Formats: sequence, C-alpha cells, structure tokens
Amino acid sequence: MLKIVKKTEATIKQKIAINIVGIFAALTAAALFLALSGFNPLQVYISMVEGALGSSYRISQTVIQAVPLIILSLGIAIAFRMKFWNIGAEGQILMGGFLGSYFAYNFSQLPKPALLLLMLAAGAVGGAVWALIPAWLKVKFHANESITTLMLNYVALKWIEYLSAGPWKDPAAFGYPRMPRFTENAILPNVFGVHIGWIIALVLVVVVYLFLNNTKKGFEIAILGESENTARYAGISIGKTVLLAVCLSGALCGLTGIIQASAVNNEMSSALANGIGYTAIITTWLSGLSAPVIVLVCGLFAILTQGASYIQTAFGIPSAAASVLQALILFFVLGSDFFTKYKFVWQKSEHQTKEGK
Amino acid sequence: MDQVAYISMKNIVKTFGKVVASNHVNFSVHKGEIHALLGENGAGKSTLMNMLSGIYLPDGGSIFIEGKEVHFSAPKDSIAAGIGMVHQHFKLIDVMTAEENVILGKKGLFFRKGESRKIDALAKQFELDVDLHKKVSDMSVGEKQNLEILKVLYQGARILILDEPTAVLTPQETRKLFAIMRKMKAEGCAVIFISHKMNEVMEITDKITVLRKGETIQTLNTAETTPKQLTDLMVGRAVDLTIERLEQPAGPELVQVQGLTVLKREGTPALQNVSFAMRGGEILSVAGIAGSGQKELCEALAGLQKVKEGKILFQGEDLVGQSPKEIRRRGISMSFVPEDRLGMGLVGGMDMVHNLLLKQYQDQKGFFLNKKPAVEKAAEIKEKLEIATPGISKYPVKNLSGGNIQKILLGRELDSDPEVLITAYPVRGLDINTCHKIYDLLNEEKKKGVAVLFIAEDLDVLLALSDRILVLANGEVTGIVDARTATKEQIGLMMMGQKATELEGTAVVENC
Repeated sequence: MLKIVKKTEATIKQKIAINIVGIFAALTAAALFLALSGFNPLQVYISMVEGALGSSYRISQTVIQAVPLIILSLGIAIAFRMKFWNIGAEGQILMGGFLGSYFAYNFSQLPKPALLLLMLAAGAVGGAVWALIPAWLKVKFHANESITTLMLNYVALKWIEYLSAGPWKDPAAFGYPRMPRFTENAILPNVFGVHIGWIIALVLVVVVYLFLNNTKKGFEIAILGESENTARYAGISIGKTVLLAVCLSGALCGLTGIIQASAVNNEMSSALANGIGYTAIITTWLSGLSAPVIVLVCGLFAILTQGASYIQTAFGIPSAAASVLQALILFFVLGSDFFTKYKFVWQKSEHQTKEGK
Repeated sequence: MDQVAYISMKNIVKTFGKVVASNHVNFSVHKGEIHALLGENGAGKSTLMNMLSGIYLPDGGSIFIEGKEVHFSAPKDSIAAGIGMVHQHFKLIDVMTAEENVILGKKGLFFRKGESRKIDALAKQFELDVDLHKKVSDMSVGEKQNLEILKVLYQGARILILDEPTAVLTPQETRKLFAIMRKMKAEGCAVIFISHKMNEVMEITDKITVLRKGETIQTLNTAETTPKQLTDLMVGRAVDLTIERLEQPAGPELVQVQGLTVLKREGTPALQNVSFAMRGGEILSVAGIAGSGQKELCEALAGLQKVKEGKILFQGEDLVGQSPKEIRRRGISMSFVPEDRLGMGLVGGMDMVHNLLLKQYQDQKGFFLNKKPAVEKAAEIKEKLEIATPGISKYPVKNLSGGNIQKILLGRELDSDPEVLITAYPVRGLDINTCHKIYDLLNEEKKKGVAVLFIAEDLDVLLALSDRILVLANGEVTGIVDARTATKEQIGLMMMGQKATELEGTAVVENC
C-alpha cells in the first residue's frame, strides 16, 4: 500500500533541487502537449529562448516585461511577509496610473524632470491610498483583506473605464473611449535602450531587501507575520505596522502603474494592468518573498512570456499554448513543495523486513 | 508471567530523518495490568504509543496482540484491535453533547438513538461520571476526560493508553481517575499510563517500563523500585531530586494588585476582584485548574490585557492601561515568560539571534537593525544555559526541543535583569533535568531580590519551591497560603472553589 509520510524538513539545497526537478517535469509535460499538437518540442523550446534572448532588441523587450513584474513582486512581498494577502495589485496599478496620469495630463507645461518626479510620486501615492482602504478595514473591523483587495480591483477598473469614456476622453479619438497620449515630457527616458524603469526596479530590489532584513520596521513586519500574539507581547503597535506595510506595498504597485503608463503605453488606459497584478502574485510566491530571488523568477517569467509571443509568430502556436506552459510550470513547482515536506513510502501488506539503521 | 502478553511490541524501530526515535524497543503489557511508560521528553514514549495506535508506521519490528502479529496502517486498525488512546489534548467537539461525541467515531451515516442505553450501561460499569446530554463546552476538564475514556471504551477498547492524564486535574479529580483505572484493571483491561509525576506512577501502576533516548532501559515491578532508582534510570545517571526552597526574609512589596477584574471576550469575568502583593526576593505561586484566570492574570500584569477594574501598582505607580512599551519606557523592568512559548514569547520561524533581538531592538536608535549585540548575547546565553542548537543564526527555534526553546525564552527574559518576573507554566512538558535547571534559575532570581510569580500545575513542586501560594478558582482568589504549612488536599479544595478561610487548619497569609 502506498503511504504518505511526513519527513524532516528539507535543507535549502534539497529544496532548490526539488524545485528544479519540478521545472523539468513541467517542461516534459508541456513537451508532451506540444508533441500532441504536432510540434517538435525541442525546437519550440530552443526558439523560445532565442525569441527572448536572441538579439539585443529581444533582450530589451524581455527586460521591459520583467520590470513591472519585479516592482510589483517587491510590493506584494512586503505585504505577504506580514501575511496580509494583498490580491489588489491590479487595482493599485490602475489607481497609481490614474493619479500619475492626472499630473501628466494637467501639468504638461512643467519641465520634464519635475513632471516625471511628480508623476512617479503621485503614482506611488495613488497605489498606497488604494491599498490603505482594505488595510484600514482590516485593522478596524478585521475585514478579510483577500476579499476587500480583490473587490477593489473591480472598482478601480470601472473607475478608469468611466474616465476614458467620459471626463478624460480624448476629443481627438473620433468618439472612441480612450484617453489622450502623454506629451513628450511626460514619458520616461530610455537608458541603454530600455526605459529607466529597469534602474528603478534594481534600486528597489536593494532597498526592499535592506528594508525587510535590516531595519527595525522590517523586523516588526516579519514578527507580525509570524504571530500577532508575539507582536503584541513585544510591544509592537499592530495597527500602525499593518497600515505602514500595506501602504508601502500599495505604493510600489502604484509606482508600477505610472511607469507602465508613461514608459510603455505612453497613455493611461483601462488595459494598463491587464492581469499583470495577478501574475505578480505568482512570481512573488515562487520567489519565497525574497527580494533577490524575485529578480530571478521575474526574469524567467519574462523570458517565458516573450519567448511565447515569439513562437506564436514563428510556429503559429496560439498564445493560449504559452499560457498553458506557464501554468504547467507553476503547477509543478508549487506541487513540488509537497515533496519538501512529505515522501511516499511503499508499505508491504505482509511481513515487514526493512530494518532501521 | 506465564500467560501470553496482551500486547507485545518487539524490536520496534522508527526513524524520523536522521533521528532515531525508537531503537529496537521492546514493550509488553498483560491483562489486568496498569503499566507506566516513563522517560524524559524525547525518550520516545509518544512515538511508541503513536505506533501502537496506528498513527505512525514502524520502520521495523513487530506488534503482537495476544500472540498474533498485527499490522496497523491507520488508527482505525488499532481501534479495531481494541486499543484506545486518550490524548493529552482532548479530541472532543465542543458544541456537541457527550452522547454525540461518543457515537461520532462509529461507522454508519446516521445517529442510532438506541445506543443511549448501551453507553449509559458502559459508563455505569466503569463508574465514569458523565452526563450524556451535557454539551462538551459546559464540562469541566475532569468530565471531559471521563468522556474521552467512555468514547474509547465504547469503540471497544480493552487496552487504554492515557497520555499524561493527570497534568490538568486537581488532586481530587486525579483520585477519581485512579479509581476508574483500578476498575478497568479489575475488568481485565490493560492500561498504559504515561506520566511525569513519580508519586502517581508509584501509587497506581503494577509495572514500569523506562525509556531513554529511544531505547528500552528496563521494565520493573513497581513494588520493587523507588522513585530515586526510576529517575536515575530515566536520566542515565544519579540525579538530585530535591527541590530546594531558598529561605530568606521577603523584601519590600514591589507590586500591589488591587481589586483586579478582567473580562473575557464574551464579557464574562476571567478575573474577579483579585488582590494580592508580590514581594521582592520571594516566589509567589499561583495554583488553579487550567483556565481559572491564570493567563489573564499574567497578561494583565504584563500590560497585554485590558483591565476592566482595579489597579496594578508598581512601587505605587498604577500600570493599568499602559502598553508593554510604555511600561518599559517608565524604567520598569518586568519580564514575562508566557505559557505559549512559540506563539507569544518567541517567533518560531526565526533564529535565536532574532528572537533575542525581539526584546532589544526597540531600545536601538535609528532606522536600521543592529544585530551584533544580539549575536553576542545569543552566544553568551547558549553557553550559560547549555542550549543545544545547530546554530544561533539561520536555524529556526521551532525546530529545537521544548527544553531548549524554553531556555532561550528564559535566557532572554532573565538577561534584562528584571525586578519582576512572571512565569506561566515554565516547566510544562520539560524533562526532569531541565525542570530542575529552571527551578534553580528561579531561585537565583529570588536571591537577587526579584519578585517572582510562578504558575505551574504540579502541586508538589509549588509546595516545595515557593514561599506563598495564591489559589485561583473561576477567576477568584480563594486564598493565599503559606507554602511551608499548606497541604495538597487543602490547595486542591481551594482550587475547587472553597475559601481558605472556610477550611480547617489552613494557614492563611492574607485575607482577600
């Protein structure tokens, strides 16, 4: 009879090994799927890597994919450290984009550096305020944050749709419900072929890493995440700490929103987030809430996304197939977690002969 | 004995990763026998019993019941073989009645009403004091335990495993339990009794098997052994069992609690008009049935619990309404070792260094966390208290043994040189060696002039170690007695709600 038995906790090396096996298992399963669809899996995989990293242009496109994922994951990681399940990145992106765009649309006469700084700050504030609503509800009424953050995503989305159809509608868009393009001085500059967001992202990786691991506030957040009773015992003000951490989490998501609007889309739109706020939850979780690992995981996800869009044109594989691949990897890697805690044991139904030590 | 053993476990091996929890253990119990399983924590008692009750699978060895080999792959196999285990933490459903809890384990989709009479008869047969129509949530600890026993008997158990059943009982309830155990023995059942309390083991059992570090050391007849011999066998060397009370004149009153009333979340009082004083250089113990307000008392003193009424005066200054942070800011050094070590006192997922930081970091200046002093402290405390850990950093404390976890917590709390020390169940679940180490530490603090509040379950220890004993019953103080003259029986009665002043021959120290 096959039995599931709990084992001693795996070491870090074992965990990494198990995760790598998980990724390979995912690639194998996806290969099966590709082969059944009539493609040569090996060829497809090689093309994916080529498509993501094959030329400097492709690399820059991959980096553009990775930047928002990294900043979002950092933000989500802060909240998740505290076991505050912020599912609201999507809405925080939109509200950050909204507040940042307000300045882009209404203060375009300002000098470029001043306008851009103002927009970035406003973006962060927009996301922070949007995140503070569920944080406050949680502190005050113990409202379940996974529900409130999720619901606020829809509120944000509808708000932006309303703006693009009404007050902020571009008069030059022939009646289409869209918002105007940003003026030149509201668009983030490029550095080495990629918009400056990548520098912001890398700086934030270091800042968030230091904040979580080497500051008193970061320590308090970690304690609170482990046990509210211990936090109380240590004299930590729980309400304040929750508000602060979620505020930071939302600020980073809001910042992502305005960076994407300015540098990538050059306009505000309701399609600004387009699901990336959910993808970032996955990358955050996969990276084990560690800032350096976030760079790695988001990089891999970006390669996957970029590679997938390349094989779409190269092989005519539908984009849904790429999503299947991503989902499979996720499924296997998260599933492999099981093997860090449990093992299978084959128990003979008759006499047991196995001797210990 | 010439008859075939009822249960016999032979050459049992069980490993968890690299740890060998059971190393070729042999253990057998006969019908009509009360058999104690004795050993320090980590000796492998629970592992062995979990294998007998089908929760773990042995890696090697065999289990025989009445001479026939059996293989348990799930608890239901073990139950079918007539083995019933009463766990230390009751597995009852609060919102259901006793009867429903008993029937719950039975196969079948519907409750069969006709079972009532059968259950009732069973309860009578074994003199179990259970009201079948009472809800579990309305029951006392003793009643719940009786219900647990009834439940396993109803499932057909002829072999009963009791895991530290007396830890939560008053002396009077313990006596009742022993009566039930004797009854079972007379009915030809076998009882396996796990306990840390030596005098109980000596009183009730016929045979004793001593385990140490996963190995069977010896099986002895209770009549032919002494507590001293048993302890030496358990620990593996000669140990001094005496608990010493440090005799010294008590110092000034440091803390005065006046008319303290604390409400539970539902609004019912957890503590009612509690008044007492704590003196420097004195150990004041608190006795009481679990849940009589001990936790609320500690937390109120430490500033973690909202106080409805009353005062907590520290050298004349009222602390009620102050947060732990504010209390510290006033220069009052109070240390609190909470009952829930990993859930409140420590952060289980963090290493020793970060756990020591927990108390230090708020006094650090600036934005950043300075880990260096905690690293040094950790090394120092590890050395001083002989904490066995693979590393002071990067190794989560929750993976350590209970004794080492408690040493880290105590080490941190004592390191701040407190004037007042509150300890809630500091020796719960710890082995004899560590217990004595902790008693010594408490005595050391007492010597320094610290006012110590000591909450514990074992009345023998309370009587031996402390100066005065405060007894709580249902959140009220039933008396404060002198530990030198009080007896276990008196304290037991006070735990049940009798006022000390109503008892004969009690030396009441303070009237409340």
